[in-house]
Amino acid sequence: MYEIRIHGRGGQGAVLASAILAQAFVDEGKFAVAIPSFGFERRGAPVSACLRMDAREIRALTNIYCPDCVICVDPTLPRMVDIFAGIKPGGALIQASGKRAAAIDHPAELATLGLCDAMGIALAIFGRPITNSIMLGAFARTTGLVSLAALIGALEAAEFRDAGLEQNRRALERGYAETEVLALVPGFVSREFVS
Amino acid sequence: MNNISRIVVCDGNEAAAWGVKLSRPDVVAVYPITPQSSLVEYLSKFIADGELDAELMNVEGEHSVLSALQGACLAGARTYTATSGPGLAFMFEPYVRTPGLRLPMVASLVNRDMLSPQCVWGGQQDVMTVRDAGWIHMFCESAQEVLDTVIMAYRIAEHPEVMLPVNVNHDGNYLSYGVSRVEIPSQPVVDAFLGDKNVNWHAALDPDRPMAVDPLTGGADAEGAARFVAYRQSLCRGMQNALEVITDVHAAWRCASGRAFAPLVEEYRLEDAEIALVTIGSMSGAAKDAVDAARAAGIAAGVIRIKTFRPFPVEAVARAAGKVRALGVVDRAVSYGWNCGPVCQEVQGALYRTGRAIPVLSFIGGLAGADLTGAHFTRAIEATRQALATPPEALAPAPVWLNARDEGVLR
Repeated sequence: MYEIRIHGRGGQGAVLASAILAQAFVDEGKFAVAIPSFGFERRGAPVSACLRMDAREIRALTNIYCPDCVICVDPTLPRMVDIFAGIKPGGALIQASGKRAAAIDHPAELATLGLCDAMGIALAIFGRPITNSIMLGAFARTTGLVSLAALIGALEAAEFRDAGLEQNRRALERGYAETEVLALVPGFVSREFVS
Repeated sequence: MNNISRIVVCDGNEAAAWGVKLSRPDVVAVYPITPQSSLVEYLSKFIADGELDAELMNVEGEHSVLSALQGACLAGARTYTATSGPGLAFMFEPYVRTPGLRLPMVASLVNRDMLSPQCVWGGQQDVMTVRDAGWIHMFCESAQEVLDTVIMAYRIAEHPEVMLPVNVNHDGNYLSYGVSRVEIPSQPVVDAFLGDKNVNWHAALDPDRPMAVDPLTGGADAEGAARFVAYRQSLCRGMQNALEVITDVHAAWRCASGRAFAPLVEEYRLEDAEIALVTIGSMSGAAKDAVDAARAAGIAAGVIRIKTFRPFPVEAVARAAGKVRALGVVDRAVSYGWNCGPVCQEVQGALYRTGRAIPVLSFIGGLAGADLTGAHFTRAIEATRQALATPPEALAPAPVWLNARDEGVLR
C-alpha cells in the first residue's frame, strides 16, 4: 500500500488531480482509491485529497494520516498548513516552489524531494495559477510510480477537451521535464512500492 | 457474452448513475441536494447525451419529486430518484405513501446526517429516521456494490411477491465522492437480468379502464378495519418475501455479472471468532482491515456486515451472532430513545432469537462527516474483547462515542 496526500487551495484542482492519478494507476493495472477531504469549500481555502494505491483491492474508505508521499500544489500553503503531519520516515515531498532546495523546510525523516516551479509554468500555460496537472508530472518524475503516458491517458479520460486537454497535456509534460529530484538520504531516491 | 463493457474510475455517485442508466428507467425526477447533487448531474448528462432514454423532471422540491414519480409509476413507468438528509425529510409525506401503494420505485439515499446542528456531511441519521416507513433498505460498502445494487434493486422491487420501493443507501462523502475502480456491466447482461419491464401490473392507470387508487380505508366498522389490516398484512408479507427474493436476486446477479455480494448479512472471518464487530455501509472496509490486524496479533475477531437492513434479516443476524461470544456494534447514527446506535438496538432484538444474552457494546462514530478509521475499529475490537470477561450487568449502559472530545486525538 502506498499512501499519498495532496494539499492545495480550492480552485487549484487538488481533488481532480487525485482522481486523475487514481485513473492512471488503475490503467497501469493497480488498484487505487481517492477520497477528497471536505469542509467549508471555497476558492483559496486549504483543501486536501487522499489517495491509496496497491497491487490488490483496497477496502478502507478513510482519510490518510501517515502518508508515504505528500504532494503540495501551492507554494505558500506550507506556511499555514502542517503538510507533513504524520509523514512516514523515508517519505517523499513533491512541492510546487520556485525556491532552491536548500530553502525548503522539511522534517529530517524526509528521504526524497521533488521541486517544480509549477506556479511559473501554470502562469505561462494557463495564465492562471492552476498547478494540478503540472504537479502530477512532477510526482511521476520524482517517484517513478506512474508513467507519463498513463497520466496523459487519464487526462483524456477526464472531462478535458480540445484546447483545455492540450494545455493540460503540456502542463503534465513540463511538470515532468522541469522537476528537480533530490535524494535527501543518499541512495534513497523514492520509497519502493511494496504490495 | 462479455459481461463487462468497460472499467472506469469513478465515485459512488457516478457508480449509482451508471447503475440507473443500465436499468433503463422511463422517468427520473430530481431535486439536487448535497451530497447527492453530482449523482443527478451525471444522470442529467446521460439523458442530455442521449445515452439514457428517460424523461427527466426537474421539479421544485423533493415532495414534488416523489409525487411526480408516484403518478409515473402508477402509469407503469420504471422510475428513479435520489436524495439526502433534509431532502428526504421534505419528501416524507409521499415517501410513507409509496410502500402502501405498492409502487416498486428505486431511490438512492446518499446518506447525510440530520439537522440540527446544521451539517451537510455524511451520517446515517436520515435513513435511520425512516427505517419503518415500509421501504426496503440496502447498504453498500463500495462504489462497485452501489452500481450493482441499483440494478438488483429494480428486480427486487418489481418482483410480484414483493412490489415494494427500494432505497439503495450509500454513505455521503467517503463513498459518494471517493473514487475507485468500477466495472461497468454490459447492457445486454443487464437487459437479460432485468427481463421485460412489467412495473405496475396491479394498478396501471389506463384511460380505458378508470379506477380509484388509494381510497379512504379503515374506520371503526369491522369491514373497514379488516380491510385496512389486510393492506398492512400484505405489506408485511411483501417485506418478508423480500428476504428470499433479495437472496435469489444476488445469486442471479452473481451468475450474470461474475461478482458476488452477500445479500443479507456478510460474515467476515467469523468461523472461529470469539468476538465480532457489526458494521453497515462504507465503514466496513476499514473494519475488515482492523480485524485482519487483530488476527495477526492473535485476537479472534470477525465482522458481521449488514447489507439488508429492511426487511431486517433476523435469522441471518442471529445465525452470525450465534458464532461469537460478544458483539461490538458500530453505528453512524443515534437512537435517541434507546441511548445507543439503531443497528445496535436491532441486533439486540435479533439476539433474543438465539436465547443467549451475550455482551453487546454500542459504538457511535462517523457522525456529520467524521472519519471512522482503522484505529477506531481496533479500539472497538479491544473493548469488545474486554467485555467477554465482564458480567453483563457490569457493562456500561451508555454508548461509546468514537469521535467524542474526551477521546483525545485517537484517529
